[in-house]
Amino acid sequence: MIDVVERGAIISGIGISRIGRRTGTPHLDLTLEAGRAAIADAGLADSDIDGIATMGDTPVADTAKALGIEPVFTGGGMTTGGLLSPVMSAFLAVAEGRARHALVYRTVQMMGGEVIPQGGGDGDGGGRNEEMDTLSRIMSDIEPLLAVHAYSAVNWVGMHCQRHMHLYGTTKEQLGALAVNSRRNAALNPLAVYRDPITLDDYLNARPISSPFGLLDCDVPIDGSIAVVVSPAAYAPDCPKPPVRVQAIGGAPPSGSWTQRPDYPKMSSVDAAAEMWGRTDLKPGDIDVAELYDGFTFLTFAWLEALGLCGDGEAGPFVEGGRRIALDGDLPLNTYGGQLSAGRMHGYWVLHEACVQLRGEGGERQVAGQPEVAVVSNGGGPIAGCMLLTR
Amino acid sequence: MTVTASIVDGAVPRVLPRLTPENRPFWTGGAKGALLIQRCDACDRWVHPPTDVCPTCGGPLHPEAVSGRGTIFTFTVNVHQFHPDVPPPVVIAIVELVEQSDLRLPTNIVGAEVDELRCGLPVQVVFERNGEVYIPLFTPVDERA
Repeated sequence: MIDVVERGAIISGIGISRIGRRTGTPHLDLTLEAGRAAIADAGLADSDIDGIATMGDTPVADTAKALGIEPVFTGGGMTTGGLLSPVMSAFLAVAEGRARHALVYRTVQMMGGEVIPQGGGDGDGGGRNEEMDTLSRIMSDIEPLLAVHAYSAVNWVGMHCQRHMHLYGTTKEQLGALAVNSRRNAALNPLAVYRDPITLDDYLNARPISSPFGLLDCDVPIDGSIAVVVSPAAYAPDCPKPPVRVQAIGGAPPSGSWTQRPDYPKMSSVDAAAEMWGRTDLKPGDIDVAELYDGFTFLTFAWLEALGLCGDGEAGPFVEGGRRIALDGDLPLNTYGGQLSAGRMHGYWVLHEACVQLRGEGGERQVAGQPEVAVVSNGGGPIAGCMLLTR
Repeated sequence: MTVTASIVDGAVPRVLPRLTPENRPFWTGGAKGALLIQRCDACDRWVHPPTDVCPTCGGPLHPEAVSGRGTIFTFTVNVHQFHPDVPPPVVIAIVELVEQSDLRLPTNIVGAEVDELRCGLPVQVVFERNGEVYIPLFTPVDERA
């Protein structure tokens, strides 16, 4: 058996900021709200933190300065495990003793999913070149996609979904069952931004965006921050809250493609899932609760299949009607309301919620029978990461 | 066999790809009405997107004209305006060329009714001129021709 390094780490604390749409709250304020909540939750002081990792808003240096610390470990990027790469890098750093307690956060401010490079064609200076170089490192076919007006992830994922429908007979009603289930769960989450119930008809009649997707297939941009503290497993007895243990992580190599996989409409999620399952003796049937990325409804379908929670092409029938994925179903799914209804914390609310459920702190939305194993996933297309967490 | 395809001028701006030694034949071949795809000197496989050596056997690659025929592999009808200068609807698709399965490229479908779009629909290339770049677009094959 391989040495599963990440098992040397635990999640000792979690924190979440105020969540809202167009709040105008400065990103550093949101980051510190979530970060300080997570540090306190872990029973630690700012000065105990010696590692920081993130991606996107609020650079590591700004947070370190505000907390008055000089981290010995800093992490970030998205090239090993998609959006969860900073968390995974912290697991490894702490497990290997390169840091003692690492703060990991993700702060977003109404972030969208489209790419509109500034400037026109060739020869318009270095800014666009730099942007395209960065994008090309995580999405090898971004330039040919932009050349055909495919500016948004809704277009890229929409084509996967259309192909899935063609191959397997997947329906809008099946996608809608996921959206309706998420809204039902969001109603039980005081921090979710959209909590009014929706019906399948509401879903089917939503404004079209990019076929087969309408507005309610798309997640909701928000302002907010989520943080976790990663500590060594040896700290578990001292945690004031139930420690969340790391069973296994999995990621996909960078610079894959949105259009060229031989097994299209599969995505890099199958590679990340395979890596994760190769690092544990647990099986898909052991999972008690699933928090799966839903930037678009179909991405959750892709993760259900990639993780082996259902067979290839069977996500539609698996979700249909919504009973199986409800809070009291066989596989409670996106119990906080998902990015579809709670809001687009870009892969970090799924992580936060898995911890909430494993700690038994879900309140009205707590899954009964105390879940022992949770799976968390993030990403779509060439971007993918997932992890198994346990009590 | 090379089918010389028609060329139209771009009506709306595009975010044009950066040309490299590898991809230049693909993006500029339309000037002569040819869809140029890389092919391996050693194993004869077609290769796309453009790269330096054959991913299958490591052999050298040369650009070669394909028929310009294919089928819609998948598609999406985008009706939301993302780019301020590009009015919807825009049909974005991946077309699979007839020369080889898995030989696929992102494109736009033009000259089609939205209701007739489906995976598997036969299409043929047309080119849209944008300066020195000729974007290969596809249009449904005229069954009466």
